[in-house]
Amino acid sequence: MKTIEVKKPSGYATQIGPAHPALKEPVMFSLDIEGERIKKADFVPGMAHRGVEWMGMRRNCIQTMYLAERICGICGITHSISFSRAVEQIAQIQVPNRAHYIRSIVGELERIHSHLLWAGVAAHELGFDSAFYLAWRVRENVMDLLEYLTGNRVHYAMIQIGGVRRDIVPDQFPRIEESMKFFEDAYAKLAAVFLDDTTVQMRCRDCGVLTYDEARELCPVGPTARASGIKKDVRIDHSYAAYGDIEIQYQTPDLLTGEVRGDVYDRIITRLLEVKQSIGIVRQLLAMLPDGPLLAIPKPAVLLAKLKGAAGEAVGRHEAPRGEVMHYVRLEAGKDEPAAWKVKASSYSNYMAWIPMMEGEQIADIPIIAASIDPCISCTDRVALVRPDSRQILTKEDLHRLSVEKTRRIQAALAK
Amino acid sequence: MNATTLLLTVAGTVGMALFGLLAGLWFTGIDRVLAARMQARIGPPVRQPFIDLAKLLVKQNVVPANAIPWLFNGAPLLALASAITILLYIPMAALPGLPVLGLHGDLVLIMYLLLVPGLAMVAGGLASGSPYATIGAQREMVTMIAYELPLASTVIAFAWKLAQMDIANPFSLATLAATPLWTLVGPIGFMGLLLLLGTMILVVPGELGRIPFDAPEAETEIAGGLLVEYSGRNLALFSLSLAVKTIVVTSLIVALFFPWNFTQLVPIACCPFLAAAANAAFFLFKLFVVLFFSVTLVRISVARFRITQVVDVYWKVLGALSLVGLILVMADAYVR
Repeated sequence: MKTIEVKKPSGYATQIGPAHPALKEPVMFSLDIEGERIKKADFVPGMAHRGVEWMGMRRNCIQTMYLAERICGICGITHSISFSRAVEQIAQIQVPNRAHYIRSIVGELERIHSHLLWAGVAAHELGFDSAFYLAWRVRENVMDLLEYLTGNRVHYAMIQIGGVRRDIVPDQFPRIEESMKFFEDAYAKLAAVFLDDTTVQMRCRDCGVLTYDEARELCPVGPTARASGIKKDVRIDHSYAAYGDIEIQYQTPDLLTGEVRGDVYDRIITRLLEVKQSIGIVRQLLAMLPDGPLLAIPKPAVLLAKLKGAAGEAVGRHEAPRGEVMHYVRLEAGKDEPAAWKVKASSYSNYMAWIPMMEGEQIADIPIIAASIDPCISCTDRVALVRPDSRQILTKEDLHRLSVEKTRRIQAALAK
Repeated sequence: MNATTLLLTVAGTVGMALFGLLAGLWFTGIDRVLAARMQARIGPPVRQPFIDLAKLLVKQNVVPANAIPWLFNGAPLLALASAITILLYIPMAALPGLPVLGLHGDLVLIMYLLLVPGLAMVAGGLASGSPYATIGAQREMVTMIAYELPLASTVIAFAWKLAQMDIANPFSLATLAATPLWTLVGPIGFMGLLLLLGTMILVVPGELGRIPFDAPEAETEIAGGLLVEYSGRNLALFSLSLAVKTIVVTSLIVALFFPWNFTQLVPIACCPFLAAAANAAFFLFKLFVVLFFSVTLVRISVARFRITQVVDVYWKVLGALSLVGLILVMADAYVR
């Protein structure tokens, strides 16, 4: 007698994304699900193409530096520092000490801002909107402070190749200290909401675990790696700007709880600890701020001429709020624009960690796990625009023509 | 049933439906404003649910290509109709002619009827042919099974106590409304009732699909779950049925735990109209208090549970608490 093996349907496949309320930016997860349990997870990046590198390679280096700042709305300083550091190495420009300190101060303020924004998003993913409003209300203070120091709430335009564009003068210190005090209080409040709340613990403890060994294999960066116990931080490992002069420590969750579990909860702890750390760093830097010029080459025309003569390649790195960002730049003599420019955003290194985090968890955990690495998809994606039948690149003229046509269509519709 | 009573019943039904819809939407608006204020936001105007409803009614009603149209379109109607039906049985303020069908139903009927709007949503979700809605429908069924245990324990405690006191028709709602249980029990039973009240307060967000028990709709996880494919008129009907259900569930708690009327506390002998108005206002106030503590305050202070945690909380925590409450109420009768 022949036995027929009946294959039981073991679940279903579904997708989260590219457009989904859990995702602030487009990425697609394809999941094999059994009941509520995720059996197998995979992701498809590459949905947010903007052609930034292509644009950058058609502008002179100073213009490209401002363009780099616009890669990300949250960590703008990250990309401009990384790009500048690469160009400065090629052209052998010595950045003045005071500029190094100011770069670090703005970088740390941006870290506070980014981590608070993340905390709000994470709370919203958990359905805990009160914490979301609290975190974003606190964040307003650092946005105001950044506006006070740089003139802008986002895209600070603070960095220039060879230094910084604006000074931080002693008159401004009390306002900065006022904000630092505010954040110390806010840290206590946020820690109470995020770390002591029973429902947050129920949702985040032992959820989305990335073990130390998995983290070693997948090489995530920033808080994602540190929450799994990996001591890795560009600010310490390859000191740059003013970070070599100050006391700075790897922020791993065992500093607070005495153990590393590598779950979502640990990633919350790590980011909150880093907010506290950034407050300390800003204070140290302000106390030690040296005198001196802000720019190595104050005149943009002279700077451009020097860059035009420079040739070579270099990598500029910065510890962004999400982890290490890396800009590769190649300059050729006699050319204004970079001959090559490649941006490796921190999320690019962290994406792969999603898979071990998600497998075995529930559908309900997808949003918080996806958010827990603080993905910045527009930083990361830069694949060419491909349609099934054709591949085309729209030029500035095309975009202008299309927008004029659309305006005419709207005007015509309104006139009727 | 003669023509006059039939006519009165029909008029009463229409009246109760209108009351349920208006009060439900109004309470939803108040809930939103209060939640916003507690989160240090300004929040929408109180009439925002009415504005949303008007907007939904003029929007296109999309039926997905792979949905089952009759079930997909029928589910919102069934949900609204069943929610309004429950309203006809629940004792409210001591107004003449209320509840409209007060002579017919009892607590057991209400327990079954309470399942119908949820089941209608499950049917609609399964009929919409979307994986998110299917997940949502499964979660809704699990949630309904989960909160049934604490709910049933409470109902049993009440009926048992009334039966033990040799009161006729212990399951009847008129009996419940007339005999506040708090006055019939000693200190142990009082503690038991407090436990039961606590669990019922936390059954409400489950019944209404609010945070932390909103896994079936979980906006950030399954994009609205059950309701993901619903739009326009159908979504408006579901939001109306939710509004009516808000009134139903809070009225049930008021009827079980706070049946006193204003005139019982402060006698108004002068004119019957004033007494009726005072009773109605007092009833709305009681609804508001229950709604505030069971929906608004809960939903702003916690994160959403996973569906497995919903079951754990309802069975292991609230189920155990309600059983302890039930045992305390029973023990009270023998201790005295």
